[in-house]
Amino acid sequence: MSSGSAPEGQIAVHLNGAPTLLATDTTVADVVGLAGFAPEARGVAVALDGDVVPRADWTTTTVREGARLEVLTAVAGG
Amino acid sequence: MSGATVGGVVPPFVLGGRTWGSRLIAGTGGFRSLAEMESALAATGAELVTVALRRLDPEQKGSLLDVIDRLGLFVLPNTAGCYTARDAVRTAKLAREAFQTDWIKLEVIGDDRTLFPDAVELLRAAEELVGDGFTVLPYTNDDPVLARRLEAVGCAAVMPLGSPIGSGMGIRNPVNIAIIVEQATVPVVLDAGIGTASDAAYAMELGCDAVLVASAISRAAHPTLMAQAVRAAVEAGVAARHAGRIPRKLHAVASTAELGLPDLS
Repeated sequence: MSSGSAPEGQIAVHLNGAPTLLATDTTVADVVGLAGFAPEARGVAVALDGDVVPRADWTTTTVREGARLEVLTAVAGG
Repeated sequence: MSGATVGGVVPPFVLGGRTWGSRLIAGTGGFRSLAEMESALAATGAELVTVALRRLDPEQKGSLLDVIDRLGLFVLPNTAGCYTARDAVRTAKLAREAFQTDWIKLEVIGDDRTLFPDAVELLRAAEELVGDGFTVLPYTNDDPVLARRLEAVGCAAVMPLGSPIGSGMGIRNPVNIAIIVEQATVPVVLDAGIGTASDAAYAMELGCDAVLVASAISRAAHPTLMAQAVRAAVEAGVAARHAGRIPRKLHAVASTAELGLPDLS
C-alpha cells in the first residue's frame, strides 16, 4: 500500500480487498453507506485493520490512508 | 403401563441458559434459493439457525435476515472459514456487533479437504471467547478428551462431528459419540455428517441432545420434504433414547408365551 499515492483531498484504502479512493475525513459510517447499507442495517459489521469497530464508534472513527476495511454481512452458511 | 410421554420422560432441551422446543438446529448454507430455504427452514421446526459473515456480494438477491426474521428464528452466527484462533476470535467479535448476540458457533478448521477442526486452535479460541463473555458452541472432533477440555474452559455445549461437513457419511464413530455423551455435563449437539433422517435419529438414540443439520436438507433433491423427515427423525430418536430400548441379545427371545400351546401332534 503506497502511502501518498492518493490525489489531494483523498486517501487510498483497501475496501473489501479492492483498492479504493475515499475523501479525507471519511468515517466508518460513511463507508458502510458507500457499501450499500443503511446506517441501522442489522447483520453488518466492520473491521478496520483486522479489528472490529463497534457500531457505536462508526460515526466517530475516521479512516486513514492505507487502511484495510472489511464491511461484512450475513450470508447463508454453516 | 407407565403411560410415559415425550413430555413426561424426556428432559427439556436447555442450551445456553434457554429452553428450546426443537432439538434440530438448522444450517442455512447450500440452499438453491431463498424461497426454498424459507420453506425448508419452516418445515424443520428449528428455532436456531446458523449464519456466516462475508463481504457483501453485489449480486446477492434478497436478504437472508429477512427470511430468518419472518420465521422468527434465533440467529447463531458462526466462524466458518477460520483457520486460526486469532481469525475465529475476530470473526466472533464481528458477529457480535453484526447480530447483537454473544452466541457463537465456533469453527476453527485445520484441514481444507476434511474440514476437520484444529484442536489446538479451537481450544485456544474457545477459552478466549468464553473469557470475553461469549456463549461458545464449538464444532469439534469426535474426541472425548477434547470435548472434556472444551467443556472445562466453559463452552456451553460440545458439538462433535459425525463425519466430515457435507459428506453425508453419517456417524462414523458412534462409540466415541456415546462416550462424549456419557461424560458431558453440557449439551452434546451432533454437528456435521448427517446424510439423511436415520442418521439424525441415530444421533439422538446415542444420547445427543440435539443435531445440527445443513447440507442433508439444503442439498437434498426436495429440501422441504427432507426437512420434514429429519424433524420427525429427531423427535423419534429422542423418544426412543428415553423410552429405554431392549438390550441386544445373540439369540431370540420369544415374544409369545409357551403356556397354553396346543398339542397338535
